[in-house]
Amino acid sequence: MKRTPIGHVLQILNRFSTSPVIDKWGIRHRAEELIYQGVKTGVQVGVVAQSKFKPIKELLPEDRLRVASKPPKRFDLSLTEEQRMLREMLVRFSANVLRPEARKADKAWDISDEVLAQSQELGLNLLAIPEALDGAATARSPLTSCLIAEELAKGDFSLAMALLAPLSFVNALSEFGSSAQQARFLPAFVGEAMAVATMAFMEPTLRFAPTRFKTTATKVADGYRLCGVKTMVPLGKRAEVFLVLAHLKGVGPRGFIVESHAKGFKVEHQRSMGLGGAGLAEIHLDRVLVPRNALLGEKEIQYNHARLVDLGRLALCSLMVGACEAAVDYVIDYGNQRIAFGEPITHRQGVAFTIADMATETEAMRLMVLRAASRAEQGLAFQKEAFLAHTFCAEHAMIIGSNSVQLLGGHGFVCEHPTELWYRQLRAGAVLVGNLMA
Amino acid sequence: MINLEIPPRLKGMIHLASEVAESMLRPISRKYDTHEHTYPVELDVFGKILQGMEDGGQGVGASHISKKEENDAGEKCVKNGKNMLAVLTLFEMAWGDLGLTLTIPGQGLGNSAIAAVASAEQKARFSGKWAAMAITEPGAGSDSSNISTTAVLDGETWVLNGEKIFVTCGERADLTVVWATTDKSKGKVGIKSFVVEKGTPGFSVERVEDKMGIRASDTVSLILRDCRIPKNNLLGKPEVKEDQGFAGAMQTFDNTRPVVAAMAIGVAKASLDLTKDFFAREGIEPDYRGSVWDQGAIEAEIIRMEAELEASRLLTLKAAWMADNGQPNSKEASMAKAKAGRVGTKISLRCVELCGAIGYGETELLEKWARDIKITDIFEGTQQIQQLIIARRLLRKSSKELH
Repeated sequence: MKRTPIGHVLQILNRFSTSPVIDKWGIRHRAEELIYQGVKTGVQVGVVAQSKFKPIKELLPEDRLRVASKPPKRFDLSLTEEQRMLREMLVRFSANVLRPEARKADKAWDISDEVLAQSQELGLNLLAIPEALDGAATARSPLTSCLIAEELAKGDFSLAMALLAPLSFVNALSEFGSSAQQARFLPAFVGEAMAVATMAFMEPTLRFAPTRFKTTATKVADGYRLCGVKTMVPLGKRAEVFLVLAHLKGVGPRGFIVESHAKGFKVEHQRSMGLGGAGLAEIHLDRVLVPRNALLGEKEIQYNHARLVDLGRLALCSLMVGACEAAVDYVIDYGNQRIAFGEPITHRQGVAFTIADMATETEAMRLMVLRAASRAEQGLAFQKEAFLAHTFCAEHAMIIGSNSVQLLGGHGFVCEHPTELWYRQLRAGAVLVGNLMA
Repeated sequence: MINLEIPPRLKGMIHLASEVAESMLRPISRKYDTHEHTYPVELDVFGKILQGMEDGGQGVGASHISKKEENDAGEKCVKNGKNMLAVLTLFEMAWGDLGLTLTIPGQGLGNSAIAAVASAEQKARFSGKWAAMAITEPGAGSDSSNISTTAVLDGETWVLNGEKIFVTCGERADLTVVWATTDKSKGKVGIKSFVVEKGTPGFSVERVEDKMGIRASDTVSLILRDCRIPKNNLLGKPEVKEDQGFAGAMQTFDNTRPVVAAMAIGVAKASLDLTKDFFAREGIEPDYRGSVWDQGAIEAEIIRMEAELEASRLLTLKAAWMADNGQPNSKEASMAKAKAGRVGTKISLRCVELCGAIGYGETELLEKWARDIKITDIFEGTQQIQQLIIARRLLRKSSKELH
């Protein structure tokens, strides 16, 4: 049966509301938690020695996801019905699951098994997988990814980054993967026990540019040999499969699908200024051999590196937008409640104007990301728009993060409030590139 | 369905505006900057054309505006109407010349006020006339509820007394919409607007200001000394009630703030376009691929200016889109105005710096644009007044609490 887009969202909502996880958002019952733990370990995926990825069905070329065919004729900022429903679901998830978990994840330097499992209940990956592979997508939708990223980041920037890592891998495969690659890997992101995947893009060098990789891929007899170091890889310790970007000698930047059990593939946990909850890792590739079909976009698909980078910028920008929106909401509430000199501090222009500017820049950030994403969604050129959006977001996110601490004064600096965490996280906006893909 | 592209059906009008800007305004831009207070006769023709279009239809480009709220398939959809068209065409016009744009015959701020609040009889009586707006006084600027010009009813006439400053087109316009209080003790509720015709005894131009920029547009101070006008020249209703008069008049500013934002964006874009053009000839062009830090300082600054300008443009379009679709947009209109005035001024000033002596000298228009644009950060409510409006909305504060 061919489902409508609303039907797909309903299906996901349904899955979500009947999930045992939902009750935990209210009062935590120890008993329920125990049952839940049991269920979870049953479905948890361990590190396997052999590839778990097998093609179950065939993906015909005509079933591949493409951009929407009919561009809208009017300027419009309203969400579609499906987008509104998706957002409502994510608003609750962010507020009830991610925000309360943010501090813990930051201190633990990782997302918890529990939250990762709960996020999989949301089935977000389905929105990027073709129907022919039992996903829920009828078209490639960078905009949907951006809206998801924004809402999740309202809960927590780092956790959102972790949760978007598998979706980014799926997006990259839907966009650039051959039909055979999609048929092999994407089904693992549809079922109950979803696979964990991520992208390995950045490198620990000064003046790192997204077009100049020091990690190399060399063509060998029956595949490729990868050498180099990748850094700031979200969910790096947990991922079973990676999209590793490398310079293919004689060709240029290319993506390679690498499974974590590959020989010479070493993952090291990584600490940073503020992305603890993203579970960052550094990846060392020491002459890792991958088969010929590991090259992303083999055969029929023309790999487009610029597009991957630009869609990455949009996902990362959306994280900044969401976190900034959270910061603005927080300082409004705090400022209205905090009394100094006999009245709320928001009665002072120095405070009020700062908040006004934070809200204005956040709104501008959001509009710039939406414009670039909607252009991408319509199949229009969007490189300049994405680049400008990223430049703008990176700068203003930093200022907004700083001001959120400033407005709370000493209270903003201590860990009792989330502002110091936002400060640390939002600084990452300018540093990150290619870690995700919309 | 989210889409932030210019609607195809408005492109014809935008193109027309850009042609007017390029072939009509630009060529006389420097002339009327140098000859301040000289009336730009070249604009008379254009004013006639616009008026003809308005008399023939329902305003500029009315035929291009989507009035129906349904698309071709009959589904309900959003409107891209007169507010969006206004900002989109103003981007172009202000790019041509802001001072001249402000002094197009028949397109005064008073005309907007008449269109918004006048009765049918008044609209007919004042039709085809150029109307200025007089609000500010020597002792009341941003606090326009504190004006002290008085209006006293004497039989069938209102008697006006007071002094008004910063009146755009105050000398050139046929009419001036004057804000005055009918009862100072009632505060802003007592403030009403009155139409005063040019040549009315007791109504005189005190002086024409010499200004830093927008010199093509005259700014005057007016004196009202026992100025008698007909009773029915009061716009709107005479009763002193809440939610009328002042509040209503202030609401019209919700629609004009995105318009001023559009002016800032047009001028800033003029500065940026020329600066980019100059540097491109030297082989200096920004690259939108790698990192902003991988480029020269000039390229990086151009990128930042483009980003800030685009941010302002989108905020402005959003405010206009909300107005077209009947959504309250006071906060968004102020966001657009605050941001565009702020970054527009910064961009035009930075372009002067980047171009050095070429930017600062009078051979090019860069220095002029940097002088012109500052007004957009001030009139129709300064940046700080916009911040107040935004903050009050966000924080849910009254003007008593946050002032």
